[in-house]
Amino acid sequence: MKGLELPRADQTILDLEGVRVELGGKVVLRDIDVALRRGELVGVIGPNGAGKSTLLKVILGFIRPSAGAVRFAQGQRAGRGAIGYVPQSFSPDPDLPLRARDLVALGIDGDRWGFSLGGARRRAAVDEALAWVDALSYAEQPVGRLSGGELQRLLVAQALIAEPDTLLLDEPLANLDLRSQDEIVGLVGRVAHERGVTVMLVTHDMNPILGVMDRLLYLAGGRAALGTPDEVVRAEVLGALYGHHVDVLRVHGRILVVGAAEVESLTCEA
Amino acid sequence: MMHVLGLLFPPGLLTAPFMQNAWISGSAVAILSALVGFFAVLRGATFVAHAVPRASFAGAAGAALVGGDTLLGLGIFSAISALGIAFLTSRRDRGQITALVLAAALGLGALFLALGDAYAPQVYALLFGQIVGISRADVLGILGLTGLTAAAVAVLYRPLLFVSVAPDVAEARGVSRHRFNVLFLLLVALSATAAVPVVGALLSFSLMVGPAAAASYFGRSPASALWLSVAIGLVSVWLALVLAYDTGMPVGFFVAVVTAAFYGLGRLWALTADPLADAA
Ligand SMILES: Nc1ncnc2c1ncn2[C@@H]1O[C@H](COP(=O)(O)OP(=O)(O)OP(=O)(O)O)[C@@H](O)[C@H]1O
Ligand SMILES: [Mg+2]
Repeated sequence: MKGLELPRADQTILDLEGVRVELGGKVVLRDIDVALRRGELVGVIGPNGAGKSTLLKVILGFIRPSAGAVRFAQGQRAGRGAIGYVPQSFSPDPDLPLRARDLVALGIDGDRWGFSLGGARRRAAVDEALAWVDALSYAEQPVGRLSGGELQRLLVAQALIAEPDTLLLDEPLANLDLRSQDEIVGLVGRVAHERGVTVMLVTHDMNPILGVMDRLLYLAGGRAALGTPDEVVRAEVLGALYGHHVDVLRVHGRILVVGAAEVESLTCEA
Repeated sequence: MMHVLGLLFPPGLLTAPFMQNAWISGSAVAILSALVGFFAVLRGATFVAHAVPRASFAGAAGAALVGGDTLLGLGIFSAISALGIAFLTSRRDRGQITALVLAAALGLGALFLALGDAYAPQVYALLFGQIVGISRADVLGILGLTGLTAAAVAVLYRPLLFVSVAPDVAEARGVSRHRFNVLFLLLVALSATAAVPVVGALLSFSLMVGPAAAASYFGRSPASALWLSVAIGLVSVWLALVLAYDTGMPVGFFVAVVTAAFYGLGRLWALTADPLADAA
């Protein structure tokens, strides 16, 4: 992948400035100021409906913010496959004539015109990507007959095979058993820290990514807080996000955020 | 044995000029419909594949009214209805716009027929096809449309496949969902224009969707399903031509029956390959 360019921790690759998003007349995100650095892994967390998926879609350009700007470092966006994306849901038709390896191969050059000519190198590249996510055993299966976790691993392979500069993963760990979670997290962590790929990973549970996460982006009430878990998961910071008082309780190494309206459980080695 | 072969392949089946035109145009339309139908089935867009040929019927009726070229009329109306569907349909639409466009076009078609003096056999041919009444000029037009569509499919194949099977992921890679929906609908319009004079506005649907749907059961990879779809389409048309020539019954009837039979075989195949497939 990006072998020669060593990641520089201070290099901003993506800048969101005062981003505001309204969907169906409802303000989903307001005043989001976030700068992501090259090669960092940012965990994105927040209650259902907080706008986590929406934030990724804004970065992808699927949703246009009603105010503010999304800026990539110069030349970032232009390149083919600059952003790898794993959507939150993907449920192909059971009879779709598409094998696991075909889906991953689309990640290589699905955006190019014409037929692809196959070939041994291409096949080897797909096999390698399948091996990254431990999916070789179901390489020939139709995607419509795979389990949610198997599909999710394929999507990760499909996103990585394009060698993106930025990787946006919407709940890639949902549906995965603990072992697969560890494998995917390890893989994504190496991609970020060894290859300098900037990763945003949406998750409901911080615990699996604590070891690799550089910073935490907490979304609630349409607002965002970005920092290390210790900086962000504090009563005054989260209280400002939710717009009302919340308590942060640390019980047996778990962190519980307790507010008037919702209880968010964050597992954390405090 | 010779007797049976003689019955199946009577003299003139391959040599009579009108049959030669039928073989050529039928094969071209089979290839074209299968190529476009493959994407229609992948995208779950079979209603559109049904609606555009039927809507194009109004173009043929209009051409008859003003004494214009049938293929041109079909082309204009299938393009207008395809673009109307592409640009009016929102993401949450479940076919309402397609249904409205179809209804509007059929209404216009009825008006054109009433205003004109088309006699019943002409209307009948447009609705059900007239594969054995195709002229040399029509054959050339159909071959041209087939070449154009095949070239377009060859160029669009990968991104159209990508955006059809994984739209969000493809869009993140710069393959615009909307742009490729427009391109897909234009392909449907092209194939409808060529298919309607041959197999009719009502039955061109069976040639577009039947082989492709059957192939998606037999084929495992996209490429194998695409080629199988073409092969099934060709065999269906050839079989239908022989049976129609032998029995004197309409070709469209046999096209519908044979493609439906292939589809049924595909379903059976899928059931034996995975008995739980339909239980879910
Ligand atoms: N197209 C839309 N029109 C109107 N409202 C929308 C639209 N898409 C999303 N929303 C709203 O925006 C809010 C944020 O949605 P989003 O999918 O970003 O949440 P999320 O944080 O990803 O939640 P989850 O944890 O459930 O995945 C929700 O309240 C949702 O109802
Ligand atoms: Mg979400």
